[in-house]
Amino acid sequence: MTVFLALLRRDLAQLLLGGRRGGAVLPVLFFLAVAMLYPFAVGPDAPVLARTGGGVIWVAALLAAILPLDRLIEPDLELGMFDQWALRGISEEMLITVRMLAHWLSFGPPLMLAALPASALVGIDGETLWLVELGLLAGTPGLAALGVLVAAITAGLRGGAALGGLLAIPLAVPLLVFGAGSLAVGGEAGLGLTAAFSLVLLAITPFAAGAAIRSGRG
Amino acid sequence: MNASALTAWELFCRRGDRLLFGGVDLWLDQGDALHLVGPNGIGKTSLLRMLAGFIKPYATGLPSPPAGSVGIIHWAGSFGLLNEKPALDEHLPLGQALAFWQAIDQRNSVDLDRLGLGRLLDVPVRYLSTGQRKRAAMARLLGQNADHWLLDEPLNGLDTDGVALIETLIDEQRANGGAVIVASHQPIQLRDAKTLNLADYRL
Repeated sequence: MTVFLALLRRDLAQLLLGGRRGGAVLPVLFFLAVAMLYPFAVGPDAPVLARTGGGVIWVAALLAAILPLDRLIEPDLELGMFDQWALRGISEEMLITVRMLAHWLSFGPPLMLAALPASALVGIDGETLWLVELGLLAGTPGLAALGVLVAAITAGLRGGAALGGLLAIPLAVPLLVFGAGSLAVGGEAGLGLTAAFSLVLLAITPFAAGAAIRSGRG
Repeated sequence: MNASALTAWELFCRRGDRLLFGGVDLWLDQGDALHLVGPNGIGKTSLLRMLAGFIKPYATGLPSPPAGSVGIIHWAGSFGLLNEKPALDEHLPLGQALAFWQAIDQRNSVDLDRLGLGRLLDVPVRYLSTGQRKRAAMARLLGQNADHWLLDEPLNGLDTDGVALIETLIDEQRANGGAVIVASHQPIQLRDAKTLNLADYRL
């Protein structure tokens, strides 16, 4: 347990505050920037904005989640942290679980907060906003798991960051379809499906990413 | 003082599609030291990583497989590894970077003044010199309190005092029953050390 807390504290310090790497602020600013640009691009047609705004928030959230991919796993591999943890008998699965938790904490709740001003920017009503928030609550853990998984697989590859984004986007499509779909009339069941897909990703990632890190030592 | 610390049988190593070395047998008792030598690229680092469990010994498809078991590594006790990666967070002050490992290893602090790090605790790791990083990594290794040590080029970048210090620390570790394997191109004074030249096992 002491080990778990020490790892979580370090991961949070790195991902939330970010040291020199930007931390949680950059994805949130990126998210708000997309939400702000959208009305400029589409024009000030309030009904159109209100109908499509929820979907844009979802797309922005997905893209914001991809931003920190290259600093999730790679820097610690470079530093030799994973080797030293392995020597101490700390399993990769546990390390990945901690990292998923820290990654989610560093972008899930901040994005949900940022969705409030974003909803004002794209002009969606309170009811839709409530659905967006619930959807983000169900979907962001899955995005966090997916981010860690892809980061572990692409760590150490040349151009891993760009490749990571390309790998993550198709895998995130179900979250987007169900999450944004829940905003349509009668689409509330999408929330449950979003949460279900999130749970699948949360369950797979520790083992898949752990195996990726072990085989990367090869 | 003569219980076995490490036994390894018939280690073969393949990197890519090249066999680097093969048929390496190791037998180290507690308190033993082994100096690993050999030309660049012969696989000293690979052997150390193999002994640490990061690389699997190559076992299948050998050109002339030896009789008996291949690729067995057995440690009695825990072991630590010091290599070119310090595993200390670059942007943190040295004191905090070491404190993280202290929290993981749950052990009292090591004598940092002895390692010449006492006045550097507020300095971010990225501003440390090569030799200072080596000393810091040594502090991490000491804090791990492992029984046995694998040291990959521990003398790189160290001044003469540093070299003497590492030699003393190795002696102390051996006196406490630890086995130490050192891969080093620089001459290192190790009391009654065996020497293994990996070039003899080239394939």
